[in-house]
This record gives sequence, C-alpha cells and structure tokens, in this order.
Amino acid sequence: MSLLEIKNLSLSIGDAPILREVELSVASGEVVGLVGESGSGKSMTALTLMRLLPYAARATGRVTFDGIDILAAREDQMCALRGADIGMVFQEPMTALNPVKTIGEQVAEGIRWHTKVTRAEAEERARKMLDRVGLPEAEFPLSRYPHQLSGGQRQRVVIAIACALKPKLLIADEPTTALDVVLQAQILDLLRDLVAESRMGLLLISHDLAVVTEMADRITILRHGEVMESGDTARTLSEQLHPYTRQLAQASMHVPERARPHGGAAGQPLLQVDGVTRDYPGRRVSLFSRAPDTRAVDNVSLSMAPGQSVALVGRSGCGKSTLARMILALDRPSSGTIRFRGETITGKRQAELKPVRRDMQVVFQDPYGSFDPRQKVERLVAEPLHVLDKKLSRAERREMVAHALHEVGLDQRDLDKYPHEFSGGQRQRLSIARAIITRPKLIVADEPVSALDVSIRAQILDLFAELNRRHGIAYLFITHDLTVARAISDEVLVMHCGKIVERGKTSEVLGHPRSDAARALVAAAPDLRVAIARRLREQG
Amino acid sequence: MTVHPDIPRETVTGILARSFRNGAFVAGFVITILVLATAIVSYFWTPYDVTRLVISDKIQAPSAAHWFGTDHFGRDILSMIMVGARNSIAVALIAVGIGMGIGVPLGAFAAARGGLVDEVLMRINDLVFAFPALLSAIMITAIFGPGAVNAIIAIGIFNIPVFARVARAGALAIWPREFILAARAAGKTSTQITVEHVLPNIATLLLVQGTIQFALAILAEAGLSYLGLGAQPPLPSWGRMLFDAQTRMVVAPWMAIFPGMAIVISVLGLNLLGDGIADILDPKSRRRR
Repeated sequence: MSLLEIKNLSLSIGDAPILREVELSVASGEVVGLVGESGSGKSMTALTLMRLLPYAARATGRVTFDGIDILAAREDQMCALRGADIGMVFQEPMTALNPVKTIGEQVAEGIRWHTKVTRAEAEERARKMLDRVGLPEAEFPLSRYPHQLSGGQRQRVVIAIACALKPKLLIADEPTTALDVVLQAQILDLLRDLVAESRMGLLLISHDLAVVTEMADRITILRHGEVMESGDTARTLSEQLHPYTRQLAQASMHVPERARPHGGAAGQPLLQVDGVTRDYPGRRVSLFSRAPDTRAVDNVSLSMAPGQSVALVGRSGCGKSTLARMILALDRPSSGTIRFRGETITGKRQAELKPVRRDMQVVFQDPYGSFDPRQKVERLVAEPLHVLDKKLSRAERREMVAHALHEVGLDQRDLDKYPHEFSGGQRQRLSIARAIITRPKLIVADEPVSALDVSIRAQILDLFAELNRRHGIAYLFITHDLTVARAISDEVLVMHCGKIVERGKTSEVLGHPRSDAARALVAAAPDLRVAIARRLREQG
Repeated sequence: MTVHPDIPRETVTGILARSFRNGAFVAGFVITILVLATAIVSYFWTPYDVTRLVISDKIQAPSAAHWFGTDHFGRDILSMIMVGARNSIAVALIAVGIGMGIGVPLGAFAAARGGLVDEVLMRINDLVFAFPALLSAIMITAIFGPGAVNAIIAIGIFNIPVFARVARAGALAIWPREFILAARAAGKTSTQITVEHVLPNIATLLLVQGTIQFALAILAEAGLSYLGLGAQPPLPSWGRMLFDAQTRMVVAPWMAIFPGMAIVISVLGLNLLGDGIADILDPKSRRRR
C-alpha cells in the first residue's frame, strides 16, 4: 500500500474551485514530481496534505497517509503528524526561518516538541542533523542566526528542520526555485540522498520540468486544478502523449527564431566598459575602524556591438547585477569608465544623462514589484517619455503608449488598467513596453524570465527576439539560467566573484566551457533533453 | 507558486462598501461627523448667546430650558460646548496641518537623500521629540503670551517630528522597491520619484497617523486651555470649562461632566475612525477578515 494516497480530492475556496478530482500517490522511498504552472493548484495540494488550508477552503475526497484519514483527522492528531511524520520544505529560504532564533533552536524545537526529550538531547540530535545536511559544526555552530547564512545554507537548515525526525513523507514545494543552478544541484543531491537513506517518500513540487525529470520516479502534471497526465517520468516525458505535456516540454526547451547574429565588428561599439571596479565599504566594526571593503565587481571590461545580444551569466552574488546597475548609471563605479555610443557616462549628473537614458532602458526580474501599484498603465508605460526633448501632448503620449502596447502584444484597452489586473506574463510585457517606448538601442534585462512559467517564458523570449529583429535593439541579459542564455544570446560572458572569467560565442562557451566557474554552471544546469535521455538509459 | 506582495487596488465604491461593514469605522465616522456638525452649527445658531452673562440663572441643573445646565455666570453649557467644539477642532486641524505640511516633506526628503542629511535631520527630530510636548507648549505660550494662535503653533511644532518619522519610515520601505529603480532608470529625479511614486504609496499611512494626531491635538488643546494658555475668555473652550468646574464639582457636577464627555467622545470618535481606516487599508487585516 502507498504511504500517501489521494483519491478524488476536490477543493474550493469560497466559490472558486481550486482542485478537481486530483489523484496522487506516493510510496515509501519514492520521489513523485508534481508539476504545473502557477495557479495550477500545486501548493494547495501540499497544504491540503498538511491540513494547513485557509479557513474558507473546503476539501472533499479522500486523503490517506499511513492509514490515517487526513481530511477527517482531529487537529491534535494533525499536530502530531506535522513536522514528525510529514515534513515540509518551502520555496523561500529567506523567510522560512525565524530571524530572531538561532538555527540550533529552530532545528531542536521540533525535536523537543514531538519527542519530549531534554534540551541537551534535542540539541545533540539537531547537531547531527545539521552535520548531515552539510553544515559542519566548525563553521556552523548551533548558535548561528539565519542572517549569517547564505540562501543555500538557509535552505539546508530548512531541510534539516523538515527531516530532523525522519519523516515518512517529505513535501518540498519549489525547494530550489529561489536558488542559483549550482546551489540547486547541491540541494537536489541532498534531497535525493536523504530519500535513499531513510526510505522517505518525497513529493517534489516544481514548475521546472527538467528538475522534476532529474529527481522523480513518477510525475503528475497538474493544470487548472486537474490532473492532466500522470505516470512514469521517463515514459511520460519521452512519449508526450498528452497535448499539455507536450506543450510544457516544448516550452521548456524553446529556442526563439532569431536573425543571424549582427556583424559585431562594424563601426563603433555600442557599449564599452573599461576596467570597472565597484567596492562597497565594509561594515563599521568599531568607532575608528571598518571591515575591509567588499569588491563586488573587479576590473571588468566588455564591449557590445549595436544589435548584439549578450548574456552575462553567473551564480547569485557574483556581481552581475551590480555591473548592470553601473551600466544603467544607477550606481557609480569606484574606478574605470563606461562609455555608451562613445560617450562617457560615468560621473555625469542626472540631467546630462537624459540623452543616454533615452537609448538605454531596463527590464527587471519581478513583474509584480516593478510597477507602482497606484498608477495606471498609461502613466507607467509612459514613465521614460519625459527624457525626450520634446514636450508631448496628452494625446501624443497616449498614442505612443498604445503603440508600444501593441508591439508587445497587449491591447489598447489595457491603457486604463492598474498593474494588478494583469498576469505575471502580461506584466513582463508591460515592462518591455515601458523599455521600448523611447526606441532604445540597448535594453539591459535582469533575469527577465526567471519569475515566469515556462510557456509564458517561451512567449517572452520570442518577443525579445522579434524586437531585436524589427528594431535592432541590443540586449544585455543578466541571468543564472543557461537555458535562457542559450536561447537568446550571441555571446556569453561568465562572471565569477566579480570578475569575468570566460567569454565567447554562446554555443562554444556553453558547449565546451574552459573555466571552472563556467564548467560548474554548465554541469549544474538542468536540461530536460539530457535528463530524459539519462532516465531512459537508466531504465534500459 | 509565488505570492505577489502587491496590494490589489480597488475601486472607490468597493472601498466604501467595505468601509461600512467595519464597525469601528462606522462608529468613528458617525461620531466625528456629529462633532463636526456641532461645531459648524454653532456658527449659525446656539441655544443661548455664550457671551451674555445671566447671573440670576447661575449654576442651574440640567432642565428643559438648559439641557446641560448653566455655569457660575449663568451661561448655557450646551451652547458653550458647541462653540468650544469649533475652537478645539480649528486648533487641532491647523496644528495637524502644520505638522503634516512640514513633517512629511522633511521625512520624505530625509529618506530620499539618505546618508548624512538623513542622519542630521532625524537627530534634530529626536531632539524635538525629547522635550515633553505639553511642557514646551507651556513654555512657548508663556513666552509669546496665551491665546489660540500660540496654542496652535505650540501643538503644531510637536506634530512635526511625528509626521517626519512616519513619512520617513514609510518612504524607506518604498525606496528599495523595483518600481523605484525602474523610475530611476527612466531618468526621474528623486524629487519627481518622491512626488509621483513615494507619497501616493504612503498616503494611507499618513491618513491613519493624521486621525490619531488629530485626537491627540484635541487633548493637548484641552490641556492648554485648562491651564489658561489656550483660547482666552470670553471665548469658551472645553479645557477652560473643566477648570471652572473643578471647584464646583460637588455642587454642580454637570459643569464638569458635559465638557469632559465632549472631549472623551470626540477623541474616542477620532481614534475609532483611525483604527477603522487602518483596518480597511491594511492588506494584512483585509486577509484576516
């Protein structure tokens, strides 16, 4: 019998149906992947298993865990299950830990509550668990606080909390989405080992088909709260019998059609970065002394031709976003110069930068955070227009915004809407509309698709490619996702610890990386095609 | 998957409809309107003339002719409370206006500039905060002489740091957001960003603080006029009325009860209103309900 058996589970919140007749099972020692795009009900399924649903939610059907009927269980029975027999790992390691408690306290907390052992004993077990997840005592004593750890280390602590009592079932809801690819690979390895060691069942929830394919024995694909297809991972994804499965798989591997790379050598470079360094002053350790400066960007030089698409890849914290901010003149380099169209932009005042701003725009990662929630689309998209020399009349402005919206595939009627009325993908289209409204020559895009679902991501990449073809806009993509770099760039720069360690044609660098940093990135990046092939090979 | 942090913007009718399901808001709203109406009516009509002394009618208990009784000069207490409301509200309103008008730009400026400017402004702020407000108000009125105008200035000055702090804290939370970065990348100056993006996003915060400060200003005005430092006779004020009632508490309790109630009710109403607005506009409380 399976460890977890979900039969005919339907869920509604208020009048809105969330899940419809979901069927799912997880056996001991098995990894089951639950895949779907945002809003498909993946997280709600997980919360149902823990009975942590919002108050207005009503669930029907049957959920059996280890012989216990979850939906009918009393709250005290659930409390005994949660954290002991069912562990959970959340997406956001930055907020999943209590900032005012040490990691030791947080791991020991669950152990003490469920097993009623003494504090000393609980701490000893917490210590063992932290050692197990790769946080050795010498570097990570129990007295560390969450803010002293990096994102990947925090996620290890969260996993330690979830696995401290050797749960029979671990639910991991997008456990690696907030991490870069190298950390992602490490965390996935850790989860895999923990499953093998204690014959845990693992329900891995993710939007990333490649990750699930690498990890899961069986896969369930969810869409709008309904199971589209489920079965053996390798077979489901290699045969792609269900149209939605095919659509998802193709979107994950999508490469937009692009014109031949523009000739780089012709004429003056569009952007030239010469020996740029950025130091951040260290923390003040006492009244008279500071910790040594942190060098975020270290003597970086690069140059981009008009119409060229360049990807700047690297792990989180490697300085790529700092470099982007300096190129956008939002931050000043400590030394070095940045030239745009031959004109030096470092050290200029805001007013002098206006002509540069017109030709250089930006698209940010978070389609939710990059719009003022209190303004309408017309004003939001028109924001960069004030750098034009000419004063525009209201009608002209409206006309230009409507035109920009049209170019990114949005409707004119959207002019008078507020940002919250749009989906994530539509908002990213809005950001692009805002970026192209002044007809720029260069767009700096900081992780422009990493917050988007795969099918939306494919559409946005197509849009970038099309705008490049039509208007010859050059792109500087900043990303940790090699699939994006591969799909859309002519050239790749690999950044590591503030330095550019490798550069060259995209296919060469990503096909045959020479530097350690690039090799690590390529090795860790999940690739759906490779993952399916490996699965099929393993099964013979 | 990801939960977006934005507050969904609502239509005005939607907010109104929800407001009137919120008990605290409705109670506060009704009381505040009542107090305001009393003050406005007093300009056109009061049961008796508050400046006319009718010694033969002095210290009468509440009756059909004088609903709230009369004071030691035979003036009608109801009429005096009505005119006093006018005075209290005017002083509080202008004082809060001064506090907001100076404090908010100061706080927003400190948040926008950061660094040394921020540090210096906020330390001056702390300095003003460090003085006991009432004591300093007494000092100011002692130097410049008692009167409604000086009371306004005194109360107003002590409202500045409150608003500066709230505005700065709110603005600091808005500044690191990505849409501010987008606006900077679009070449907007920090003044433009503050006016276009920061202030509208902290407006609700200021509104809530405003109602609370308004209530506090009414209390402060009553305190000052109790000490004889606010509005001067013959203009009636609530605090002054309490002072006059003090020695006659046993013989004429109505002289203290009614002005006291007027203060309590208007402060209560404003606080309820502030709580209600905070509840309605706070996205977290919205989810809870």
